[in-house]
Amino acid sequence: MAKRIDVNDLNVYYSKFRAVEGVSINIEPKSVTAFIGPSGCGKSTFLRTLNRMHEVIPGGRVEGEVLLDGDNLYGPGVDPVTVRSQIGMVFQRPNPFPTMSIKDNVLAGVKLNGKKISKSDADALVEKSLRGANLWNEVKDRLDKPGSGLSGGQQQRLCIARTIAVKPDVILMDEPCSALDPISTLAIEDLINELKNDYTVVIVTHNMQQAARVSDRTAFFNIAGTGKPGKLIEFNDTATIFSNPEQKATEDYVSGRFG
Amino acid sequence: MTTNALTSKSSTSGRAGDKIFSGAALGAGVLILITLFAVAVFLLIQALPTFMADPADISGGAGFLSYIWPIVVGTVIAAAIALLIATPVGLGVALFISHFAPRRIAGPLGYVIDLLAAIPSVIYGAWGYMVLAPALVPGYDWLARNLGFIPIFEGPASQTGKTMLTAGIVLAVMVLPIITSLSREIFLQTPKLHEEAALALGATRWEMITTAVLPFARPGIISATMLGLGRALGETMAVALVLSTGNLIPSLIKSGNQTIAAEIALNFPEAFGLRLAELIAAGLVLFLITLVVNMIARAIIARHKEFSGAN
Repeated sequence: MAKRIDVNDLNVYYSKFRAVEGVSINIEPKSVTAFIGPSGCGKSTFLRTLNRMHEVIPGGRVEGEVLLDGDNLYGPGVDPVTVRSQIGMVFQRPNPFPTMSIKDNVLAGVKLNGKKISKSDADALVEKSLRGANLWNEVKDRLDKPGSGLSGGQQQRLCIARTIAVKPDVILMDEPCSALDPISTLAIEDLINELKNDYTVVIVTHNMQQAARVSDRTAFFNIAGTGKPGKLIEFNDTATIFSNPEQKATEDYVSGRFG
Repeated sequence: MTTNALTSKSSTSGRAGDKIFSGAALGAGVLILITLFAVAVFLLIQALPTFMADPADISGGAGFLSYIWPIVVGTVIAAAIALLIATPVGLGVALFISHFAPRRIAGPLGYVIDLLAAIPSVIYGAWGYMVLAPALVPGYDWLARNLGFIPIFEGPASQTGKTMLTAGIVLAVMVLPIITSLSREIFLQTPKLHEEAALALGATRWEMITTAVLPFARPGIISATMLGLGRALGETMAVALVLSTGNLIPSLIKSGNQTIAAEIALNFPEAFGLRLAELIAAGLVLFLITLVVNMIARAIIARHKEFSGAN
């Protein structure tokens, strides 16, 4: 559980377009790392390369390496399916499977790859995952109802429950609160704080207060101009990034003078 | 007196379009209902003499029920064969185009499939009877020899190949483009979010399709199949050309059997009086079959409404 990620000189391309250039970063296990930066700076793209989800978009490819406890995700013979079952992802908009009940949503990832699970184990796992996502008390009486009937914040926590049910080493979150109201956002942020005890969490956020509240380390990405690749400008302890950044661009961004 | 500033202005300009549109939409909706109703009434009135006539005067001499029963069963069998073949193949082709084929192939392939739908049924009939039927004869002989103990493959097999199974296969080819085109469109509409959700959990491409694409497309697949079934049930020309008609028999590889639509098409030109009323009554029965099948399909879709994602 909770592995470290080391990225060495990673370039991300969509066909010929270089979206992200030369990122090297070390993400510690059992910590929360936030990616901040203006829109289009490549932070979401970079996040998706950490579990090979960017390959879903036609033409997506990378140069460089991403090591999960020393194993290269892009090594020869590595199946993206295996990578994704160890590095889970929560998306910007809650996306529970609409045709499945709450319970089946939680078990969706567990039942993949032909795995069988006994009913009692399944029930236990559903409860454990939903408790882990702080959702159990709200849904325990309606586990067989569709997941799409929940509120946005509940749906997002259901997606987190679904992700932790497959027991990943790392959880990636791509602006998980941007479609939620402040109270739901707070619930998710509390949850991220708890997830840190068991998982490595990486979160992309547009909300700098959120980055300051939840993360231990913060990476600031920026882009020189339209059509140019995004770059990692500064990576440091969150407190340092927000109070005493080394780079002028970081200071301008976190103080709201630009972006 | 104060006047309400919100009451003026908006009532005149810009509202004409709304009214015209709602009127046109209502008109179109009502027109469909009227047409359906008129068809039903026409069939009922024209068929009435059949139900009043002396059973001995009906073709076959044993009343309308025993006349219509064999061709109802024949119709259902032909359509069932067609759907059994066309649904899995059609869904497979649609999935290939929407999720597996490289884009360079997917476009042209979809286009060719759509073209299949535009071929007149007479052409399919001629192809079925001149090319497909003779080609299938060795296969039927093999079936009769090796699986003849199953009633549907009972021999001796037809030496022209003009059998129920051939008719079903021709119908399957005709129905295929409908099922493929419609389900392809629906597969393409699967929200990216749901596909990515499945992939991010560690799903393979096939698992992504079974967890995200197929459940989402379920109502659409049923609708596509129903439209295909409609064509299979009502197809006249192809069946009339391909099938060597006869009494209802269980074997699908001997000549025999008949469908309602082909029965009407073959006999209509020479029919008059009571015979004409009989054929129209047969048409009425076909109309009812289609209605019932569609209602069942609606019921199936409605049963899963809660989980459709529409809420």
